[in-house]
Amino acid sequence: MNIPIDYYLILSGFMFIVGVAGVLTRRNAIIVFMSVELMLNSANLTLVTFSSYLGNSIGQLFVFFVMTVAAAEAAVGLAIIIAMFRNKLTLNIDEINILKW
Amino acid sequence: MLQLIYLTTLLPLIGFLINGLFGKKIKNEKIIGIIGSGTIGISFLIVLGAFFQTLALPVDQRQTIVNLFSWIKAGSFSVQAAYQIDQLSLVMALIVTGVGFIIHVYSIGYMHGDKGFGRFFAYLNLFIFAMMNLILADNFLLMFLGWEGVGLCSYLLIGFWYDRKFEKSTTSDAAKKAFVVNRIGDFGFLLGMFLIYLTFGSLNFNDVFSRAASLNIPTYVFNFMALFLFIGATGKSAQIPLYIWLPDAMAGPTPVSALIHAATMVTAGVYMVARCSIIYASAPAIMTVIAVVGVLTAFFAATIGLVQNDIKKVLAYSTVSQLGYMFLAMGVGAFTSGIFHVMTHAFFKALLFLGAGSVIHGMHDEQNIQNYGGLKKYMPKTYITFLVASLAISGIPPLSGYFSKDEILWYSYANGNFLYWFIGAVTALLTAFYMFRLVSLTFEGKERFGHDKHPHESPAVMTIPLIILAVLSAIGGFIGIPELFSGDHGNQFENWLEPVFKPAQTRLAVFGVHSHAEEIILMVVTLIGVVGSIYAARYIYIKNNKPAENLSKRFKGIYNLLLNKYFVDEAYDAVVVNPMVKGSEKVLWSFADVKIIDGLVNGVADLIGRISGSIRKIQTGVAQFYALMMMLGIVVALFWIILSL
Repeated sequence: MNIPIDYYLILSGFMFIVGVAGVLTRRNAIIVFMSVELMLNSANLTLVTFSSYLGNSIGQLFVFFVMTVAAAEAAVGLAIIIAMFRNKLTLNIDEINILKW
Repeated sequence: MLQLIYLTTLLPLIGFLINGLFGKKIKNEKIIGIIGSGTIGISFLIVLGAFFQTLALPVDQRQTIVNLFSWIKAGSFSVQAAYQIDQLSLVMALIVTGVGFIIHVYSIGYMHGDKGFGRFFAYLNLFIFAMMNLILADNFLLMFLGWEGVGLCSYLLIGFWYDRKFEKSTTSDAAKKAFVVNRIGDFGFLLGMFLIYLTFGSLNFNDVFSRAASLNIPTYVFNFMALFLFIGATGKSAQIPLYIWLPDAMAGPTPVSALIHAATMVTAGVYMVARCSIIYASAPAIMTVIAVVGVLTAFFAATIGLVQNDIKKVLAYSTVSQLGYMFLAMGVGAFTSGIFHVMTHAFFKALLFLGAGSVIHGMHDEQNIQNYGGLKKYMPKTYITFLVASLAISGIPPLSGYFSKDEILWYSYANGNFLYWFIGAVTALLTAFYMFRLVSLTFEGKERFGHDKHPHESPAVMTIPLIILAVLSAIGGFIGIPELFSGDHGNQFENWLEPVFKPAQTRLAVFGVHSHAEEIILMVVTLIGVVGSIYAARYIYIKNNKPAENLSKRFKGIYNLLLNKYFVDEAYDAVVVNPMVKGSEKVLWSFADVKIIDGLVNGVADLIGRISGSIRKIQTGVAQFYALMMMLGIVVALFWIILSL
């Protein structure tokens, strides 16, 4: 069975928009974080799709890179979130606004 | 000797460096004095050698240019550091080094024990260096270097005793006044120099003067040139309206007053006018201005001199007055007579100042002539030399002042008009009167000083220079015996200088025909008047003081006017100085500087502060807001890329 490439791309775009909406609208730092992961994975899906469609393995190779970086980023990010929670006793990013004038 | 002329400036410079840099370490006054005056003595011998060498040359080859090095070269503009030795510069150089040497020697005695002994000789040597450059320069720029240099030395030496009080303020104020007033004149000199370069395309004397004589240049250009240069001369040579600095310059040590403010520097203006005679001869209107300024300065300064009580002040006004005579001579085209008077005046005025210095020295820094009296028995040598100088300046034949002053008076009548002669002759009477008032009050009559003073004659190192100058004052006039007496071979001094002034005389050509009878009548009238006023002064100030007191009481207004020097200083303060100070304070400082300039700078900073103060609110600190902005940015960028595909 041959699924047309459009489907993959539409799914990927949808995932990306969900991720963006999550990053921009949610207030819980962990959910924002997960939304970022969602965006990364939508990109991964696009890479894999084109790799298979074009018969070129470089795209798949790239996905591994992204996953590695995402794993590292997740470790650092979660550590930051824990450190922040210890200081502020909240994960509401509206209250974490010390990065201003 | 001619090629060695550069040594006459180099040696004083070396003397200046040695005494200036190591004077404090040498400490030994003898060594400093020998270095200081020795360099000038050798310079004098060199100039003397150059003089005799030039004398041996044929008349039309008596100008020698000694080229040292190329000083400035920029495009078509080039200035050589070169010295011009001719009849005029030799006369001046002989005066400066000769009288300068005598005064240097005198200073060894006068400055004995002063803590600034080495510094004093260093400044004096620097002065001779600058003055010789002024005289020997073969172009306007090198002359200007000397011109500024002597001004600087004058400033340094007036303020030499910077820790002493002088009148209502300090000597440094007097020095500053001299410097600032001179700068006003120098500005005129600079403008004149610019105009000369613009017109003739060169600053070299020979180029400029030959072009001035041959090219066809409109008179108004010459007028401006002559006027600007003359403004420079009024500053340096203390003429109306810039004479006010010279009386204050008496704050300096007395040898300085003798050397700089009587014999040499103040005659620089006369020398400059004589050097540029062709330019002045081409500007008859300015010649009239010079004659009028000269004769008025002579008269007004003499009237002020009548009532002054400070011995040096009297001599200072006398100097201003005599300089007025010299400019009168320049103004009526009698250039040789003017230079002749420069020379004789250098002798007797230096002598008068040195004599005054000897008196001040003997009287322990007392300068008020009302507190002198009867000093002739304590200091006979000073008295006799002072008397010779006073007779010379009054114009008693056959002393030097008689020949030079009489020649000026004669030419002011022959080339000018009766009024010049009349004011000049009245000034001569006033001169005789104030000089013999000074002599009588100082050396004769009753002793008016307290018992704490023990007047004494000065040491030989001071009296020998006095005697030499007295001899020169007595016989110095014989080189310029007028044609009237000397007969066929005419006036020697005039014959010597004649080639320098020939182009100017040819252009002027105003000499009316006058008989010797007129000359004799005017001479006799002046002479009778002078002798009369000497007798009057001696009578009033030695025997019977009543007439002077009566006069000063009856004409209290005039007396006060003279005593306060016509309130010229006050008038300048009110019209120029105070408006300048107040204007700078109220307008330039409080308004222009604080409000406008500071306001502009602070305003720019304030504006940026305000704008960024409102813009920085964008930095909310909310991470999601930043993310939103990033996304919007990406969307815009994407749209742009897509639309431009």
